[in-house]
Amino acid sequence: MNIEKLKERVLSLVPDAQFEENKQFPVFIIPAAKLHELAKKLKTDEDTEFDFLFCLSGVDMVKYLMVVYHLNSIRLGHSLVLKVKTEDRENPSVDTVSDLWKTAEFHEREVFDLFGIRFNNHPNMKRIFLDDDWKGYPLRKDYIDEVNIIER
Amino acid sequence: MGYSRYDFTPLLHSIDQWLYSVMSPAWALIVELTLIGLAFLIFYALVGLFLVYAERKVCGFIQNRVGPNRVGKYGIFQTIADFIKLLMKELIGTKDADKLLYNIAPYIVIICSFMAIGAIPFAQGLLAIDFDIGILYIISVSSLSVIGVLLAGWSSNSKYPLIGAMRSGAQIISYELSVGLSLLTIIVLAGTMQFSKIVMAQENGWFIFKGHIPAIIAFILYVIASTAETNRGPFDLAEAESELTAGYHTEYSGIKFAFFYLAEYMNMFIVASIAATVFLGGWMPLHIPAWNGFNVVMDYIPPVIWYFMKTAFVIYIIMLFKWTFPRLRIDHLLTLEWKYLLPINLVNILFMALIVLLGWHF
Amino acid sequence: MNKDINAPAKQAEEVEYHVNMGPQHPSTHGVLRLCLTLEGEIIEKLEPHCGYIHRGIEKMCEKDTYQQIIHLSDRTDYVAAHMNNHAVCLLVENALQIEVPERVKYIRTIMDEMTRIQSHLLWWGCYGMDLGGMTCFFYGFRDREKILDIWEETTGARFLQSYYTPGGLMQDIHPNFQKRVKEFLKYFSKKLSDFDNILSNNVIFLERSRGVGYLSREDAINYGITGPSGRGSGFACDVRKRFPYSMYDKVDFKEILRDEGDTLARYQVRMDEMRESMHIIEQLIDNIPAGDYSAKMKPVIKLPEGEYYQRVETARGELGIYCISDGNKTPYRWKFRSPCFSNLSVLDRISRKCKIADLIAISGSLDLIIPDIDR
Repeated sequence: MNIEKLKERVLSLVPDAQFEENKQFPVFIIPAAKLHELAKKLKTDEDTEFDFLFCLSGVDMVKYLMVVYHLNSIRLGHSLVLKVKTEDRENPSVDTVSDLWKTAEFHEREVFDLFGIRFNNHPNMKRIFLDDDWKGYPLRKDYIDEVNIIER
Repeated sequence: MGYSRYDFTPLLHSIDQWLYSVMSPAWALIVELTLIGLAFLIFYALVGLFLVYAERKVCGFIQNRVGPNRVGKYGIFQTIADFIKLLMKELIGTKDADKLLYNIAPYIVIICSFMAIGAIPFAQGLLAIDFDIGILYIISVSSLSVIGVLLAGWSSNSKYPLIGAMRSGAQIISYELSVGLSLLTIIVLAGTMQFSKIVMAQENGWFIFKGHIPAIIAFILYVIASTAETNRGPFDLAEAESELTAGYHTEYSGIKFAFFYLAEYMNMFIVASIAATVFLGGWMPLHIPAWNGFNVVMDYIPPVIWYFMKTAFVIYIIMLFKWTFPRLRIDHLLTLEWKYLLPINLVNILFMALIVLLGWHF
Repeated sequence: MNKDINAPAKQAEEVEYHVNMGPQHPSTHGVLRLCLTLEGEIIEKLEPHCGYIHRGIEKMCEKDTYQQIIHLSDRTDYVAAHMNNHAVCLLVENALQIEVPERVKYIRTIMDEMTRIQSHLLWWGCYGMDLGGMTCFFYGFRDREKILDIWEETTGARFLQSYYTPGGLMQDIHPNFQKRVKEFLKYFSKKLSDFDNILSNNVIFLERSRGVGYLSREDAINYGITGPSGRGSGFACDVRKRFPYSMYDKVDFKEILRDEGDTLARYQVRMDEMRESMHIIEQLIDNIPAGDYSAKMKPVIKLPEGEYYQRVETARGELGIYCISDGNKTPYRWKFRSPCFSNLSVLDRISRKCKIADLIAISGSLDLIIPDIDR
């Protein structure tokens, strides 16, 4: 599917999705509540079939936190990026997609570990790199560690 | 025969006579036992040191390395340096280990291997005790070491050692069968279990040649099974360093670890000795019937040298196994024993019995 | 003393037997800890615990310029440093739309393929050692040294080269480079049969790896298993074919695929990949065009505002870099999508109901590099 058709498809599934200009991939900003539903459709529909989640990243944009899903279809060869924003910095949460793409299980744990974004329904929502009693979420922009981070 | 000129019996006999003539019989016995014990202790240590060095050189040869070459010429003092290091190391044990068994286990392992050397004939007349059930004695004594291994694994109060000990238990007990049966094949041929008689019976040809194909099969089976019995690669599942860190002796350090290490090499030496004695004629020089000139020349080489050459040959084969093969998995190991080695062995004994009955052997 | 320890022992059948494999363990090759729940010697459950070597490289990248990030990228998958550098360079070059000289593309491709060979050699040695064949380790390292020697001459380093820079290379190749690479290829094509003799054709090895750790194609895609591990399950995930970069669209090579999905298939994919890599180098080594070894670059690189994603095929799979730039000389967010991190996630699934010895074979066949998992 080319970008236009993908755009049509996503917008028909989630009318309040926003399309974002990007040279590489079609990017869509999806409301958090509709993510799982859309992801499931994109994965199971035969003409989209995004079966390969090749990257899942968290981003701290200061105003909001964001989770970015890079999807690819092995058979059809097209790619797509989904973004989910959450403005709640105290207790952010997004639905998990680890039931659709197993690889998300580890990547979501990583995002939780480093950004503090909790994924609902995740089978094992624990920190993956840091100790369980670690304070703060290191990849957030407001993270302060006076001992280890040297400001330049 | 010519080799009798190297007979140790008159020498040892005269020492015995002299001792009994200068002191009371009780003292003479004590002195004799002490001397023999001391001799074996020194021999044990020397063989251990040499084997560790030899293994490292063989391993280096196979792996395109030079092996130890820093301590002394060609690194010959490397093992001594290692031994001193191990002596000086702190003995660290685990908390809540069963102290008594934990400490006793390395000694059990080493005593078992120590007891076995006593019955091995190094040359004519040069053996501590000539049992008429020599083979049976060696098999039983060397298989006792599994107790030490099991105790070491269990008493360490640690998980890897326990898994290693369990593996070792299963392994040694099953391969004991093959070792016993392959030796039994030769006993059928020899008609005796006494080592001195077995060696003498090979005067006009070693058993591996005398016994036709069954003897060769028995030799191959024996080498495989005894490699497994001594916990050496590719059957080193009990220590399996990439799986169980160091298996049953993970929690041992310093000299206690050295005991396990030494015992492993001595067990290798013992199984190689048995192989050399039972299959390859022990200290008996190579004799070919009717080649009298050849036999006379062979007789000039002392039996002790024959014995050590043969043993070294078998040891080299066992070392070659370790450094060329990857390790088996526990179920493959048991499959190999129970489904292949054991049936082959049983059929092999029947064949050998047939050959002996029909007089087909040389 | 802690009360739990002294609490009365539970009934024997209730107690699960837990074993910690790692962080110090001979076969985890680094500081990975696998929590095993055992039933006898059979693995009921496996939980990886990572983070023992987590250095916060992504956080450090946010403070560093793009040239500096090259040096950090070396230290993620340290066995394939060139390839990580390649990903960073391509990302910057594509973002700035710089066309690098042909010579650079040739050299980079050759270097990448040499990296693949040496990385697979290291893996082969360690894998053999994991399975108990110590000799493999020395054979693998002996030949790997030869590649490192060639690199040392050109890049000045053996391990963490940081040889690529945005726009080109640190310096030109050494005059001996082509000659020595050809010598190596000639030497190595003979040695590969040695490898087959000592391990690939060994009955014990075949018994231990055939049918062990089966990973289906669906699972491979679902878990994001890329690289040789994915291709061993028939997942055609080679970035060099799917999204060609540098010279990969101009050279002739096969994507090695196998359908068996067991450890043996993953093993054979890597062995065949070494041959393919040699084939690629052979095509390029004589034809390196003359020219500059670097495009003209400004001393301070600032990427235009936006998001970039760049992937390369490393020796272990697809390395992705997701970068958000706010127009400064340092990236706003820098994420490594490391192949080993995804590959690790499948370990639990494919090693259940296996024996401990199988787990060693499986984790070896996934070729995990721990700093790449932790970053």
